Amino acid sequence: MAPVLAVKELNKRYGKQEALAGIDLEVGAGQLVGLLGPNGAGKSTLTKIACGLVRPSGGSVEVLGQPAGSPQARAALGYLAELFRFPGWCTADELLRFHQRLVGSAGGGAERRELLDLVDLAAAAGKRVEAMSKGMQQRLGVAQALIGSPQLLLLDEPTSALDPVGRRIVRQLLEELRRRDVAVLLNSHLLSEVELICDHVAIISGGKLVKAGTPQELAGPGAVEVETESGVKTFEGAVREDAPRIVAELVAAGERVYRVEVRHSSLEDVYLEAVGGETG
Amino acid sequence: MNGGRLRSVAAVVGLSIQEGVRRRVFLAVLVLTAGFLALYGLGAHFAFRDVDEFAAGEPKILDAHAFTGATIFGMAMFATLFLGAVLAVFLTLGVVRGDAESGLLQPIVVRPIGRTTMLLARFGGAAALSAAYVVAVYLAAYAITRATGDWSPDHLLGPALGLALGVAIIAALSLLASTVLSVTAQGIVVFMVFGAGLIAGLLAQIGNAINSDSLHTIGRVASWALPFEGLYSASLHALISGTSGLTGVVLQLGPFGGSEAAGPDLILWSFAYLLGVLALAAFVFSRRDL
Repeated sequence: MAPVLAVKELNKRYGKQEALAGIDLEVGAGQLVGLLGPNGAGKSTLTKIACGLVRPSGGSVEVLGQPAGSPQARAALGYLAELFRFPGWCTADELLRFHQRLVGSAGGGAERRELLDLVDLAAAAGKRVEAMSKGMQQRLGVAQALIGSPQLLLLDEPTSALDPVGRRIVRQLLEELRRRDVAVLLNSHLLSEVELICDHVAIISGGKLVKAGTPQELAGPGAVEVETESGVKTFEGAVREDAPRIVAELVAAGERVYRVEVRHSSLEDVYLEAVGGETG
Repeated sequence: MNGGRLRSVAAVVGLSIQEGVRRRVFLAVLVLTAGFLALYGLGAHFAFRDVDEFAAGEPKILDAHAFTGATIFGMAMFATLFLGAVLAVFLTLGVVRGDAESGLLQPIVVRPIGRTTMLLARFGGAAALSAAYVVAVYLAAYAITRATGDWSPDHLLGPALGLALGVAIIAALSLLASTVLSVTAQGIVVFMVFGAGLIAGLLAQIGNAINSDSLHTIGRVASWALPFEGLYSASLHALISGTSGLTGVVLQLGPFGGSEAAGPDLILWSFAYLLGVLALAAFVFSRRDL
């Protein structure tokens, strides 16, 4: 099945600065891909190219087989920018109605109510944007991106202004979208969140894709750490099932065991190793 | 234009109008315009009354009543153009770069509407409102002039349409400026261009009075380079194009000096200029990374 978003050898230069250098990435239907990387790594640039806001210098980006930025590609996606603003005088309902008209959605009031309900803003339908907290505006932004039932959702730091409850709402929403076969590309700095909900993770650093895979693949096998009389012994690559055997062997060898810990390599470890401690 | 695009254009224009209403922009414009027209009515009343008293019993070499009517209505027309230009600039302020920098533009242009259609929708809304505004204020000033002094210009509708096209050109120039300049720079540049056009018109007027070909040429070139000035000058001329005798001569030497009739060339050039500016704005916008 053809991917919903296909990025091939994507390049972007701003003058002499290379923002993206040959990125390859695919997002399939119902797949939730997390895009990680330090500030200035090129995550937002990639997302903006995918929705036609920025022109690539080389390579290609296609949405459902259509070139990114074409009317057909734009009709198939929903987008929430990292830095966005909605007219402050608009109410939540008016804003969604405006976007329904832009998209040509026939969903009417039912679609608006459903989306506001999904982001827990049903009670704020008549509230002006300027009277909303940043977190409410961000949730409204997610609802706005979902107008017209897009097949691809591009979210750039959608939870940066949200409190834990707001984050959980968005997380549940993304899981619901996966069930509805919507492809999602999620830019985020929140590694734990990405680890929790994404099927696939891509780490970008310096405009290059430095690591990609499922969170489990990336996290790796970890290690078993055993504290004995002679000190702490680490068995790299060992998993939980290896722990009894390791302990038995140590005891048989005359060691006294005080503590056993199964360690997992977290996405954070993988991320830090991949970006080499780089920060934007 | 297909139905989808038309619906999107209507949505963008509708949002701009809704914002104007909700932010009380139109109310403020209405109140200030009412103030201007009230002052104009008061001024016109006293001007006609004093001139009629002053000219009573004098030999009628100069039609002082017509001179007064043309002069104050010409001034009202200048004020109308100025107010229309202010409205056109403010309705197009920050449409591209300003809105892109604040993050207001991106959620709209990623929609199927597309950049060119969005730009044309914003232009259409601003130009239509500004043009309707200048026509309304012009006709209100005319009604006041007629009521207070029983004076009418030689042509009524032509000057109104000239002003309307003039403010549409200013809106297009402002939109073009918004594709490359920040909000503050856009406002400053467009008002300076507007002022430069008016000063060029003034130079042509002085050139006409002192019979200087150079100044007259400068004025003419500026009128073509900035056709809103040429249209304003032509609209001014149309007010008194049928006024002859000493009154016509004195008007040409004074406040109407340098004004010239609009031939078909100026009208065609103005439309071509407008389309050219919009095409350039659309091209620059289409190449811009947001």
